[in-house]
Amino acid sequence: MAILADRHTRLIVQGLTGSAGTFHAKQMREYGTNVVGGVTPGKGGQVHEGFPVFDTVAEAVAKTGANASVIYVPPPGAADAILEAGAAGIDLVVCITEGIPTLDMVRTRRVLADLTGASGRPVTLIGPNCPGVITPEACKIGIMPGYIHKAGKVGVVSRSGTLTYEAAHQLTALGLGQSTAVGIGGDPVKGLDFIDVLALFEADPQTQAVLMIGEIGGTSEEEAAAFVKAHMKKPVAGFIAGQTAPPGKRMGHAGAIISGGKGTAAEKIEAMQAARIAMAPTPADLGKTVARMLG
Amino acid sequence: MKIHEYQAKEVLRQHGVPVPKGIACFSVDEAEAAAKQLIAETGGEVVVVKAQIHAGGRGKGGGVKVVKGAAAARATAQKILGMTLVTHQTGPAGKLVKRLYVEQGMDIARELYAAVVVDRGTGRVIVMVSSEGGMEIEEVAARHPEKILREVVDPAIGLGAYQARNLAFGLGLGGASARAAADVFLSLYRVFVDTDSSMLEVNPLVVLKDGRVLPLDCKMTFDDNAMYRHKDLESYRDLDEEEPSEIEAKRYDLSFIKLEGSIGCMVNGAGLAMATMDTIKYFGGEPANFLDVGGSATTEKVTAAFKIITADPSVRGIFVNIFGGIMKCDTIAAGVMAAVKQVGLKVPLVVRLEGTNVELGKKMLQESGLALTSADDMADGARKIVALAAGTSTGSKA
Repeated sequence: MAILADRHTRLIVQGLTGSAGTFHAKQMREYGTNVVGGVTPGKGGQVHEGFPVFDTVAEAVAKTGANASVIYVPPPGAADAILEAGAAGIDLVVCITEGIPTLDMVRTRRVLADLTGASGRPVTLIGPNCPGVITPEACKIGIMPGYIHKAGKVGVVSRSGTLTYEAAHQLTALGLGQSTAVGIGGDPVKGLDFIDVLALFEADPQTQAVLMIGEIGGTSEEEAAAFVKAHMKKPVAGFIAGQTAPPGKRMGHAGAIISGGKGTAAEKIEAMQAARIAMAPTPADLGKTVARMLG
Repeated sequence: MKIHEYQAKEVLRQHGVPVPKGIACFSVDEAEAAAKQLIAETGGEVVVVKAQIHAGGRGKGGGVKVVKGAAAARATAQKILGMTLVTHQTGPAGKLVKRLYVEQGMDIARELYAAVVVDRGTGRVIVMVSSEGGMEIEEVAARHPEKILREVVDPAIGLGAYQARNLAFGLGLGGASARAAADVFLSLYRVFVDTDSSMLEVNPLVVLKDGRVLPLDCKMTFDDNAMYRHKDLESYRDLDEEEPSEIEAKRYDLSFIKLEGSIGCMVNGAGLAMATMDTIKYFGGEPANFLDVGGSATTEKVTAAFKIITADPSVRGIFVNIFGGIMKCDTIAAGVMAAVKQVGLKVPLVVRLEGTNVELGKKMLQESGLALTSADDMADGARKIVALAAGTSTGSKA
């Protein structure tokens, strides 16, 4: 089962012919993802590294039956690329691009909320500024290294890319594996948030436990903790990065900033512990904390 | 990107928001001349001399003085220019005052608060006001949350005039002042959107005795991701307000923040970089910096990063923690080796490599003959560097 991405996913790559798009399209195909083509305006009709190229997402959908898109378009055009995918009826849009202006995302989310994918459900956006989503041994959409993942029973959701890798690597080494690993991204205004992904994992029969990795800034970890307490039967483990971050400084991610005394790691850890989420003391203990919880 | 109060007011003025008359000054002479000019233009003897630094709490720290006459303005400027201003936002080291803003005095009837920010929960811009002007908004939120009024803006149509009126009347304003305040709120929203701000705070927003409504102070921060389309705002950047090592890091497109501790960190990924700092602290050390080399760093970038870390005299040890995804471990190894060749290595170095091309990276470092310690995982590495750094005074090698 798993969530969001599986063997039925038919993926197109927006920004296919750029260097990042090309590199990762090949990596995803090699992993086994069904990459059915790509979009680069003005290069329609070409075949790039064996992938058919289209001028528009609408054309790509009509000709390939694509239901998912991954975006490697540079920041000035990335928000527009998200909307193009949504307008063309793509069900799952994964935006890897880092550095999209926040107000572009404010407008994009507003429009996206009214769009419906071909499946009849609202368009799902993951990211931007994220590593993507992977259902091990079935479908990889994004930039994560494939080999550290293994099919298994733990759902992973994280705001950080490399910490997701750290988590997957540890879960694989312990033989637990992952059902699906989702990087929701480090931007303040984005698509899926913790709560959305937690709800999907709760409903997924393959997922037996969830590992949630947050960081400083905002209050979505606190909201997720409240959701876990009220709605989740599956055990949840967690970690918060940025316990030593000074206030007022943007720690790499646009969303990782403690402002006005809000968004500190201490507040988030307290809220998560109160929801009986098992907290890993250091990021080296992510896997072990899940294993202990599962007994 | 943060800007000064006087720059923020210039932006407001350009967008049609009425602001008090004021002149930016870089010397005592300029401050005196500015005061004379303002007194002549306004007919009022009272001027305010304000320190311009990128931090709040200037008034309490002694950086804002109300004076009468140009001679008094000169004497005050003499005291404030060159002083190190310590406020709750500057840290204990404070900030050197190199710029002043001399502004006309105002006859204030009421002090209010107004801000425009992005609300992450709704993914929308909100305009927020409070009757408690002059107080920190966090304090109002904690003590009198009912005194904060908010309007969520639909980006398709912008702040509605009715929403601006809701806020003005909600603050208890009436007549001309209510209309003036609503106009200010509408303008603040437009400025925020037009400049791609990430924060715009007017505290206090004052109602004058004659009914006019003006921003008395203004803090503005622009979205770094949007600066590419606001080249005109780039000139507001004040490099004196930024950490030299952070400016250098920016040249190489590195995400770097200087901290107070003694253990330098080089990491890929923002989350992993924060987590590495946390782990160092967990084992009893203090990180000297946050550094994310990014996902697509070249050898040159890694070399530059390593040099920035080693240039900090308080660094007693370096921890390189890499989980290669797109980032390849051999690139990191090559960068570290090149940097050490150029600047030497005077402190212990612990390296933890994992991920893409890990075997190649480890082999390169091993064969380089560098005096480094390898670590099996992040915790092992943090433990080792904390122990090694504790054992070094200056210059000795582990």
